[in-house]
Amino acid sequence: MSRAEPAFRRGPFDRLRDWLPKLVLSPTIAIVAIFVYGFILFTLYLSFTDSRILPSFGWVGMKNYENLFRIRAWDTAVTNLVIFGVLYIAVCCALGLLLAILLDQRIRAEGFIRTIYLYPMALSFIVTGVAWKWFLDPGIGLEAVVRGWGWESFAFDWIKNGDMAIYTIVIAAVWQTSGFVMAMFLAGLRGIDGEMLKAAQIDGASTLALYRRIVIPQLRPAFMSAFVVLAHMAIKSYDLVIALTGGGPGTATELPATFMYSYTFTRNQMGIGAASAVIMLMTIAAIIVPYLWSELREKS
Amino acid sequence: MPTDFTSQAVTAGTGTPAPIRKRRRTAAAPRVILYLILALFCVYYLLPLCVMVVNSLKPLGEITAGGMMALPEQWTLAPWSSAWSTAQVGVDATGLRPYFVNSILMVVPAVAISTILGALNGYVLTKWTFRGATLLFGLVLFGCFIPFQIVLIPMARMLGLMGIAGTVPGLVFVHLVYGIGFSTLYFRNYYAAFPTELVRAAQIDGAGFFTIFRRILLPSSGPIAVVCIIWQFTNIWNDFLFGASFSDFDSQPMTVALNNLVQSSTGVKEYNVHFAGAIMAALPTLLVYVVAGRFFVRGLMAGSVKG
Amino acid sequence: MGFLEIDRATKSYGAVKVLHETDISIDEGEFLVLVGPSGCGKSTLLNMIAGLEEVSSGDIRIKGRSMNGVKPADRNIAMVFQSYALYPNMTVRGNISFGMEMHKVPKPERETKIAQVADLLQIGQLLDRKPGQLSGGQRQRVAMGRALTRDPDVFLFDEPLSNLDAKLRVDMRMEIKKLHQKLGTTIVYVTHDQIEALTLSTRIAVMYGGYVQQMGTPREIYDNPANLFVAGFMGSPSMNLFPARVVDAGGAPAAEFTLAGGETALLPFAGDALAAQQGRDIVLGIRPEAITDEGGADRNSRAVHVVESPIEITEPAGSDTFVVTQWGGRDAVGRFRADVPARAGDRFAFAVNMEKAVVFDPETETRIA
Repeated sequence: MSRAEPAFRRGPFDRLRDWLPKLVLSPTIAIVAIFVYGFILFTLYLSFTDSRILPSFGWVGMKNYENLFRIRAWDTAVTNLVIFGVLYIAVCCALGLLLAILLDQRIRAEGFIRTIYLYPMALSFIVTGVAWKWFLDPGIGLEAVVRGWGWESFAFDWIKNGDMAIYTIVIAAVWQTSGFVMAMFLAGLRGIDGEMLKAAQIDGASTLALYRRIVIPQLRPAFMSAFVVLAHMAIKSYDLVIALTGGGPGTATELPATFMYSYTFTRNQMGIGAASAVIMLMTIAAIIVPYLWSELREKS
Repeated sequence: MPTDFTSQAVTAGTGTPAPIRKRRRTAAAPRVILYLILALFCVYYLLPLCVMVVNSLKPLGEITAGGMMALPEQWTLAPWSSAWSTAQVGVDATGLRPYFVNSILMVVPAVAISTILGALNGYVLTKWTFRGATLLFGLVLFGCFIPFQIVLIPMARMLGLMGIAGTVPGLVFVHLVYGIGFSTLYFRNYYAAFPTELVRAAQIDGAGFFTIFRRILLPSSGPIAVVCIIWQFTNIWNDFLFGASFSDFDSQPMTVALNNLVQSSTGVKEYNVHFAGAIMAALPTLLVYVVAGRFFVRGLMAGSVKG
Repeated sequence: MGFLEIDRATKSYGAVKVLHETDISIDEGEFLVLVGPSGCGKSTLLNMIAGLEEVSSGDIRIKGRSMNGVKPADRNIAMVFQSYALYPNMTVRGNISFGMEMHKVPKPERETKIAQVADLLQIGQLLDRKPGQLSGGQRQRVAMGRALTRDPDVFLFDEPLSNLDAKLRVDMRMEIKKLHQKLGTTIVYVTHDQIEALTLSTRIAVMYGGYVQQMGTPREIYDNPANLFVAGFMGSPSMNLFPARVVDAGGAPAAEFTLAGGETALLPFAGDALAAQQGRDIVLGIRPEAITDEGGADRNSRAVHVVESPIEITEPAGSDTFVVTQWGGRDAVGRFRADVPARAGDRFAFAVNMEKAVVFDPETETRIA
């Protein structure tokens, strides 16, 4: 480097000026480093220890993971997650796409209808859970009401039925989120070039063909986003289960998130709880990391 | 990344009419069916809310008698006053009022601080960018998406060490820590579209780091600040996991208290009181949604989609 | 020693070198235009002069003072941006006064200065408007006004006219030139438009691929381009460049090239720089205005030669007609007087002023005569 001597001596103040942006960023970096990555490492470590009610540092290797996969409740939780996740994502996407297409037909009062479809997203899952808990309760809810109307043999007791209770979670979750998926697809639809649609119509495409062949294939990014968001919400689902069924009846609606909580804090099996949290993290990371990677790389 | 999607989201959220789609002859019958279907879904989405409202205004007896879908025969506000000030929540018969106050005390500082930090972070990451900034941002962003179960155990210890375990300030801190990612995301994407030439012009004019932020960027940041505040408010108000994990009886937020009210196994289940309480817990975010719906949608889209 | 000196300055981003070692020196009051296609390094160089980007090596000096490590605000420069960079939340007055405010100029002085500048640029009636309410030309004036309050040593312009429509661009170009003549401030001006470069500058640096290809007065650049790039880039319509071969024609060197039908034509060179180079392949460069109809040829030239060649198309442009033929397998454009009855398909006499011809080496692409 053949730099000439600067005309001004650079004082400590100038150096501060150069560092100011990084200084401003540093609290966030520190917070994320400690409270996200540090904590992840800590929990990862705990998952290899014999921690019970309190963290302890006796190394037990993979034992917690081995035990975890032998616990029936975990098995139930994972199976439930698969059922819940697949149905939740599929129904939300189907319903969201249908509603978006219907709303895209130059509907009068579109804004009003959209507002109604979307408002559940503003609610807490606890509120949603309470509403559906009593609405689906056979004693006072839908079943009782229909019977009261005269259909005496009507039965809808899924929420009390160990085999069916997981589907009530799907019902409530779909109610809460499908409007949001609708909004995502609607945004995607609105982003499609109108001239291309005109061209397709001139080519003689029917409305059905227009959507099937031209519009829906172009919604791929919206599908991608919807999938990532929904999958991530499914894996994190905790509040809704707690409010709607409390994980019951029995352990019928246990999900990994509730499993982790109860093993860690009420059953005092912290090592196993940590192991289950690590598995949740890895599942989400498998979905989110490639997504973030592609999104951030595109930009730069 | 996100910006393009955000702009689409705005279109979806602001009621811009659909691009003119030429229809071949609009037959009347399909239109009627179309509106019928849309109306049916309106009922689907509104029904649970209506059930809650209606049943929070009738005596318990009418509900247990199978009249959940009927309008009250006898209108009453008693369930509301009970839920607010006298119902049994946990061990005390305090109603939900103190917990509502807890939630407010938790939400306001957490939202304010995370928004300010997010704005500064977004400013640095777009206008004073450096090698590795994108990677750093990616790492921050990933923090938004982790299942929070992974941090529960160490966070419980950390709050203890900091002496704020089981307090409202403790909850503020937790929400702040895990809220920064999203507020940074919002401001970064917004400021990325802000012309860098303005910053350069201000540099030549002699403005420093904070002056440029305060005088040049901040005056144009209104829209994104609203989005960010709404998002953070909704998220933190609606949180249950952190509230349930890190609060004591006297520092519980509204969601946790509501759950306790509903799940309490002692005595008669007062469904009407539960519904009244649920509406109370939902009211602040619903209000935000009704008043600033389009910002809410924008936040939702940018926030959850992007990563 | 020059007023503004760029001394072996380079710029790299990591391993990518966007500006190779560059030396430029201009005197006080000069109007230097950096011109080149996008990505040539001209804006990077301007930003380095402004201090918005650091030099990777070398030095930039203004009035003999090294600018390394000096903040943009302390370099006593002013800059007009392509997008004008007016602060959207401030009025025109606020925009103009912001820089003085930052330099702690007292209020009364600021007011005087604003009034002066507003008067000079005739924007007095706009002072209380916001930038959003101004037209493109008005924004341009405000941006210049903001820069003028600084009494800068060097005035930097970054493609200031590229966002204006064609007519306004010509008007503003003239105004910038007038302003320069009135104020006599040193100006560095970046553009990709070679006409702006030729009309405004006292000195041009033609840049390409991170190198200064040629530096000189507009006349030098136009008449004596240093290489094929400069020859092709400067001038509109651009210089005709076509392959030819040096041959001996009666003891003097001449250029031989093919016409459309396969026959060959000869154009004797004006000088004998290529006398000893028979058989050498060259690229011959002749500007359109040096290829005319016979009656329109430059009477002062002693080297006008006629080539009979079939016309491919004609492009009447009002004042002139551009006539296209095929020389050396390339389109060659001549500039004929408008009333010459040249028609496509005709075989016509093209008068070439060989005093204006330049010759390049096809391998090195540099000028050899």
